[in-house]
Amino acid sequence: MSSEEKQLTLNLKVWRQKDGKDKGQMVDYTLEGVSTDSSFLEMMDQLNEKLVVENQDPVAFDHDCREGICGMCSLMINGQAHGPESETTTCQLHMRKFNDGDTVVIEPWRARAFPVVKDLMVDRSAFDEIIMAGGYVNVNTGNAQDANEILVPKEDADLAMDAAACIGCAACVASCKNASAMLFVSAKISQLALLPQGKLESDKRAQAMVEKMDELGFGNCTNEAECEASCPKGIDISNIARMNREYFKSAVVSKS
Amino acid sequence: MFERFLKVLTSSVIKKQLMGLTGLLLCGFLLTHLIGNFLIFVSPEAFNTYAYKLTSTPLIYVAEAVLMGIFLLHLGLAMVLTIENKKARPVGYYMKQPTGRGSTFASSTMPITGIVIGIFIVLHIIHFKFGAHYSVTYGDVEMRDLYRLIIEEFQNKAFAFGYIVSMAFIGVHISHGFWSAFQSLGFNHPKYTTVLRCLSTIYAITIFGGFSSLPIYCFLQGVQ
Repeated sequence: MSSEEKQLTLNLKVWRQKDGKDKGQMVDYTLEGVSTDSSFLEMMDQLNEKLVVENQDPVAFDHDCREGICGMCSLMINGQAHGPESETTTCQLHMRKFNDGDTVVIEPWRARAFPVVKDLMVDRSAFDEIIMAGGYVNVNTGNAQDANEILVPKEDADLAMDAAACIGCAACVASCKNASAMLFVSAKISQLALLPQGKLESDKRAQAMVEKMDELGFGNCTNEAECEASCPKGIDISNIARMNREYFKSAVVSKS
Repeated sequence: MFERFLKVLTSSVIKKQLMGLTGLLLCGFLLTHLIGNFLIFVSPEAFNTYAYKLTSTPLIYVAEAVLMGIFLLHLGLAMVLTIENKKARPVGYYMKQPTGRGSTFASSTMPITGIVIGIFIVLHIIHFKFGAHYSVTYGDVEMRDLYRLIIEEFQNKAFAFGYIVSMAFIGVHISHGFWSAFQSLGFNHPKYTTVLRCLSTIYAITIFGGFSSLPIYCFLQGVQ
């Protein structure tokens, strides 16, 4: 407990939906005694403890590592994906960013490709399908190779690492006014397109992944960069330009 | 084979690239159109002769058809993409706030500015291309006195004002569209994209300022 810790009373507006078929609605809760030292998800836990004591159904929300690296947490907080802080996941957002008496609106990600499972949980398996379509490399099993056998220029390694920082949380889709998944798909294409290991399948990869993305019903990019601004890992839209190049190349040269 | 081609052509990436390419071609047309129109400042004869030479070659029909094709493709793709984008989020947010670090006024109003520009173009063609046909003779050649028509049209203050407002819409549309086209076509560079975004704003201001100077000049010509 820090010396500057305060207790907040918050007016929460939370999306409640029994299951995928239910229409759902916003429900108001007042939560007292929220420590400014607690994280946003701890505040949600506190709400759920209160609901359980009151014999009500707790609010379902996704979470796992709570360290900002797993990509499981989501939540649209006051109209922004992962809340108001830049490059921060919901689990790393702290209640000191809020004031006593604030109204906090909490909603699930909204996209046709991400149906609501319950309350604030959405089914993000559309992302897995895109990865399965081409976001991988084929490698022979056996002994590990020598570390420096395949040389990679430092600049390429850095860019590939920047793209690989994507945790697949889908804040890009949630914040995009078109529910486009292009930042996610482009990051996954880029991390492989920039490295020699990814070259083997490069004539098919972009095509397969982009077409799967289209098939799943994500929207189109209008280059507004809200995805980049909302990405907790700071993935930038130069990856989308790379994906556009890769797709064009892949569509022209692919033999299949 | 054809099925494959169709799939590629209708993919989100290619649709956006076609959108960007047609947009850039239209940007190029606007600049040549503007430079040609600046002959109004030179003399009525210079402007009318330019218009006469441009329309007296049979190639003009090919050029007009190509331009129309580019415009309709841009418009059609815009409609398809916008409908798809709306469908991608059937249930909207209770509250949605821009981060302030991404979208701009221009980027978020592209469909609206686009519709206004579309309406403007139809009115523009009706007023000038199919407007009153005055004749003038320079030397032995009789030609259309387009200069007179333009001066007359811009005597109407509401018309001149509407024209300038439409140019503002075009300017806003271009300020996002120009650099955005390069991004869709796969061009994004840590140094040059910043330059491109500045260029986009400069291009938009040039088109807005350049075209807006015409009604003001023509209005003042009539006042004298």
